Amino acid sequence: MTFEEMKHRVAAASALGLLLIACPSYAQTVAAAAEDTAIRPFRIQIPETELIELRRRITATRWPEKETVADHSQGVPLAMVRELARYWATDYDWRKCEATLNAAPQFVTTIDGLDIHFIHVRSKHANALPLIVTHGWPGSIIEQLKIIDPLTNPTAHSGNASDAFHVVIPSMPGYGFSGKPTSTGWGPERMGRAWAELMKRLGYTRYVAQGGDWGAFVVDQMGLQAPAGLLAIHTNMPATVPADVDRALLAGGPAPSGLSADEHRAYEQLVRTFKQVDYARLMASRPQTLYGIADSPVGLAAWLLDHNDADGQPAAAVASALNRSTSATGELTRDEILDNITLYWLTNTGVSASRLYWEYKGGFFNAKGVSIPVAVTVFPGEQYEAPRSWTERAYPKLIYYNKVDKGGHFAAWEQPSLFAAEVRAAFKSLR
Amino acid sequence: MTPTTATPTTVKAQKTPAGSPQAIRPFRVSIPEDEIVELRRRIAATRWPTKELVKDRSQGVQLATMRELARYWTTEYDWRKCEARLNALPQFTTEIDGVEIHFIHVRSKHENALPLIMTHGWPGSVIELLETVGPLTDPTAHGGTAQDAFHLVLPSLPGYGFSGEPAELGWDAARTGRAWAELMKRLGYTRYVAQGGDVGALVTDLMGRQAVEGLVGYHLNLLTAVLAIGDHLPRESEQERAAAKAVATFKQDGFGYFLEMATRPQTIGYAMLDSPVALAAWLLDHDTDSYHKISRAFVDRKPVGHLTRDTIVDNITLCWLTGTAASAARSYWEDGRALAAALASGQAPPPVKVPVGFTTFPGEIWASPRSWVEAVYPGLAYFNEVDRGGHFAAWEEPALFTSELRAAFKPLR
Repeated sequence: MTFEEMKHRVAAASALGLLLIACPSYAQTVAAAAEDTAIRPFRIQIPETELIELRRRITATRWPEKETVADHSQGVPLAMVRELARYWATDYDWRKCEATLNAAPQFVTTIDGLDIHFIHVRSKHANALPLIVTHGWPGSIIEQLKIIDPLTNPTAHSGNASDAFHVVIPSMPGYGFSGKPTSTGWGPERMGRAWAELMKRLGYTRYVAQGGDWGAFVVDQMGLQAPAGLLAIHTNMPATVPADVDRALLAGGPAPSGLSADEHRAYEQLVRTFKQVDYARLMASRPQTLYGIADSPVGLAAWLLDHNDADGQPAAAVASALNRSTSATGELTRDEILDNITLYWLTNTGVSASRLYWEYKGGFFNAKGVSIPVAVTVFPGEQYEAPRSWTERAYPKLIYYNKVDKGGHFAAWEQPSLFAAEVRAAFKSLR
Repeated sequence: MTPTTATPTTVKAQKTPAGSPQAIRPFRVSIPEDEIVELRRRIAATRWPTKELVKDRSQGVQLATMRELARYWTTEYDWRKCEARLNALPQFTTEIDGVEIHFIHVRSKHENALPLIMTHGWPGSVIELLETVGPLTDPTAHGGTAQDAFHLVLPSLPGYGFSGEPAELGWDAARTGRAWAELMKRLGYTRYVAQGGDVGALVTDLMGRQAVEGLVGYHLNLLTAVLAIGDHLPRESEQERAAAKAVATFKQDGFGYFLEMATRPQTIGYAMLDSPVALAAWLLDHDTDSYHKISRAFVDRKPVGHLTRDTIVDNITLCWLTGTAASAARSYWEDGRALAAALASGQAPPPVKVPVGFTTFPGEIWASPRSWVEAVYPGLAYFNEVDRGGHFAAWEEPALFTSELRAAFKPLR
């Protein structure tokens, strides 16, 4: 059974009652909606044969020889991938991830011709603020699982009822359990409009949006589009680089004169980042050529692991997670890394996810001209530490700016408690 | 692949004891049947991505091309024919600078033939050059005269094909160039010429700039210096502007494979070693001209020149069976570092002291005008623009390519 078939079967078999229990506000929405705007409950149930086939492929991997360096400078090292593959084919258990996902209310709805999969958890606190959170690449909704409870149920996580959010976590088009676009045009701009429609369809007339990585592009676009109901955005990968600095960066030149110490440091960090993004250039020009990430689990795993953060490529936070089987404090573990990779594999979304890079023709960290209220958290392991000065210029209605002392590019995934605390603080003034 | 014990009859000046690593050992290709069965199994079990969202090449190698290639590969294609073609030629290995080097060595029956070492590129192999062996070594049977004859040496680059994979750092094109000089010396050639396109052009040029012993001239069909000094080349004439535009397009849109291999060869290696279709797509996604020719060979069954379905799949299969995709990609990492170091030094490369010949093929990634070639090689000894052929000139148009080499090297006989 393919995923498309499975989705339909699950949707057909689901009782409307589940939907009503999960989200009382749907009752009205569903009743009023035409058929194509229906919100359908969704559960994941991967056939066992697909898991067996995945393990078979991993075990049958034909390996390259070892890199000729003792560091990560030629790519993901052989020993790292071999150890991950050994664990993946033997002790790793996808069903645990499936159960975690299915414990959250999930839905699918068709927006702009495409099935959008999302998690939607309503807080028990009636005055909770609706929040839509967008993941990035090489991530998925797996990145956000640990922030759901702190955000929706703050009183169990050292917060109070006035910190509560209703949380919506969509899978981007071409990612995870969302549909794969069959025509061009699904860039962050179109996604931003789809998210506004999703929130409207859920009955939210007053909400906020959050994102990092591609999610940051999406929330910037939402900020530019300023749809009715969107009060503010929070980004953990802010686009703040002034135009003249961006030009110098793209030209590969030295930092422009007159930068403050913070700005100069950010410039040097961006220079480093631009040396680590050839994966992005490739996906931006030739996503279809990556047949190997559809056909080879290990090829996919290596491709997804090779994303940088400030401390390394692969990201230091991810590389260290591969040696961590459990974490009491919420740090990334080996299982979580494999949950994400396995989700890509099982949905065969390696190539469709890569096409997002092809779709986007705009700038990366340059200020985009967002004029609605914006909140920013700077995590030290991010691609660059956006200085307050640039952030204030890029986002004239800056309602919150904070630099925290830990966490990196995958902030929600790496530091869920801190991330949730930042989101609470960021939007406090809007309640 | 198994070396045989046959005596090398074609080697003239081999004095090293047979047991030493420097000995020249005969080589034959003989892939175990189970590896071919396994390759077919993997192709048949390919899990495909969804179709690209565009009607052209702009998102990469198109699904229809890949599916037809995979179908042909598993149903009609016969590796044994390629193996027989290779084994019909005298092949050898010898260890140079710690790496086993595989090469084809065909001596002409004409005693005064000019020794020529010719180097393939990426994503190629000695397969690119096979159709030139007859015309170059046996000219009287191919429209030439005895004075056109070459003794031909076709090595596999380190990390490619049946050559060994360097296990240590430093195998950039300059080192390969020095290894080629050692190879020619070992073969007893004290006066020879060299030829190359693509990576082979880089290796050949660095042989010239290092002034290796015995090299009396060389011919190129790619102007690799453009990648380093392209901004300083003239762009006045229509032809110069067209070439500059082609370079800009390549750097903007066609450079992704180059950068990825130059920075993360190991990462891309996992998929290419594990998935035949991944490997095939990666090797096909080179320049626009050759992509369209290759795609046409499969989808429309209309090959251009000798870029036929069989030879295209021969080249991919050779890379698969030898498991050399990552090690070949790593040569870009080495050359990328060498190029960056050279640019950072701010010093011009050493001048070339031997005659250089150049042929511009119209389908090349950038069809270099004479002015560009002369800017890089003052005193250019031979230049010609021909009317057909592309990046894989020797492969696509072996007869035309051969006539260019005969003409370019005539004054050096």
